[in-house]
Amino acid sequence: MRAEARERPVATRQFPSIGELLDREGVLAYVLLAPGVLILAAFIGYPFLSSLWLSVTDQSVSTSSARFIGLENFTDELRSQIFLQTVRNSFVYTTVTVAIKLVLGIALAVLMNQSFRLKNLARAALLLPYIVPTALSAIAWLWLFDATFSVVNWAIVRSGLADRGINWLGEAGWAMTAIIIANVWRGTPFFAITILAGLQTVERELLDAAAVDGAGAWQRFWQITLPLVRPVLLIVLLFSIIMTISDFQLVYVLTRGGPTNSTHLFGTLAYDVAVRAGQLSEGAAISLYMFPVLILCVVALQVYLRRSQT
Amino acid sequence: MTTSRRALTLYVPLSLATILLLFPFYWMLITSLKTNRELIDLSGLPFWVFQPTLEHYRFLFSETGFLRWALNTLTISIAATAISLVCSIFAGYALARMRFRGASAIAGAIFVTYLVPQTLLFLPLLELVRQLGLGNSLWSMILTYPTILIPFATWLLMGYFRRIPRELEESASIDGASRLRAMTQIVLPLALPGILSAGIFAFTLSWNEFIYALVFTTSTDIKTIPVGVVTELVKGDVYFWGSLMAGALLGSVPVALIYSFFVENYVGGLTAGAVKG
Repeated sequence: MRAEARERPVATRQFPSIGELLDREGVLAYVLLAPGVLILAAFIGYPFLSSLWLSVTDQSVSTSSARFIGLENFTDELRSQIFLQTVRNSFVYTTVTVAIKLVLGIALAVLMNQSFRLKNLARAALLLPYIVPTALSAIAWLWLFDATFSVVNWAIVRSGLADRGINWLGEAGWAMTAIIIANVWRGTPFFAITILAGLQTVERELLDAAAVDGAGAWQRFWQITLPLVRPVLLIVLLFSIIMTISDFQLVYVLTRGGPTNSTHLFGTLAYDVAVRAGQLSEGAAISLYMFPVLILCVVALQVYLRRSQT
Repeated sequence: MTTSRRALTLYVPLSLATILLLFPFYWMLITSLKTNRELIDLSGLPFWVFQPTLEHYRFLFSETGFLRWALNTLTISIAATAISLVCSIFAGYALARMRFRGASAIAGAIFVTYLVPQTLLFLPLLELVRQLGLGNSLWSMILTYPTILIPFATWLLMGYFRRIPRELEESASIDGASRLRAMTQIVLPLALPGILSAGIFAFTLSWNEFIYALVFTTSTDIKTIPVGVVTELVKGDVYFWGSLMAGALLGSVPVALIYSFFVENYVGGLTAGAVKG
């Protein structure tokens, strides 16, 4: 039927009208794809290529014409203490937050997978940290971690845990802890809700049968539930790694990368170098250092998706 | 016995999680209603407002550009969502329902663009936006936000389109309807839940976007709520805490409201990619 519809216009007339052309699958498909593909090509494809070019030049806001300098920006960064610090920060920030979010997310999902009253309300409320603008919720954290007026410190001092409050955003180790806490707060709901959706696909009968065979709750979880939701875990994990390593808002609002660069991530350092200091090409090179990690995650996802489809 | 066990394994941890996750919102609300004197009073109990005031909200509306930022954010979000929905419906339909050369390569490429973070592209995009003469205008965001929205929305919609039986379209084309007609009159209405999910998602993502809005805009009139609140309610070392919290809270309300009306669609969209793979 479809083949017939495609042939007809060609057979009857030499120059098919636009309406007839659009009825051909091969033509119509490209017409339908064009707007989206054009936007993506113009504002993702082209900027990506131009960032590759930018990163091998010496372009800054003060230079009128850019000169090709090869990989100098990239090798310069490897000798920069601030950059190396940023790599360490990103590694710590990403691994620690993703690990905590995964554990808490699984725990929360298992809790939510039970039936109880007001479950829908609870689920809706739990996702709130994830859906509101991060830059705005980060302001709440800024105030919660304030050097003088932190309510967290108020609780610590009043409860007698310590004599003095913690200088959350003013000391290197504590500042990293603070952005990790804020990130975990924001990201755990995403893990929980997605993993919950995965848990709901696990068939009750399977777990019941295992229970009849004498498997305890813990054993059922490790040997049946977890293997079944592994695909979901993997996808959430890879997504979260990409989102976390490329994070910007939390750090921008809470610490601006400080104190003494102890919380800079690739995004915030690139912003400082390129937008505030005007070293465009250097900033582009810093951003591009994220690329290998992204490639790894994308390839892992693609391979996995392709395998699961066949 | 079973009741106390249930309390221990369900209600206690669940309440704890809820309190921890919602406390920052409560804290925003409380802070936004306190007088400046009460804000810096360390002797009293901080968890309650003893002399509530709307002063910070008055300040926000009358002495900052908040209303302007709200209007900007709304305009940008609606426009970017509309553009993205049209592009994604077309692209998703073509990729899910049509056979043509390069289909899987294009689908793969769109998926990859979904995973490109904004922090990788904001510098060259800033250059591009300036070259196009769009710097410091709402257009810079209306045109670039769809790059964040289209890949996701297209993938989501592909899933919905695939689930609609092909026979429906085929019988329409037997009745003489063109392919385009079959798409708009038969397939699209059936995919409405998916379109709604994609729309809600796109709108919230636009509303929440930060880094592009931060680097593309310089003047107060053009800012969005997240950028305006973060950059204009802090003067040097002086933080207007009450107004900051009021702005943060009000800026979160629209997405929270939309979300609460469409929780199912939102969660469905959020988890579609992960669960259906």
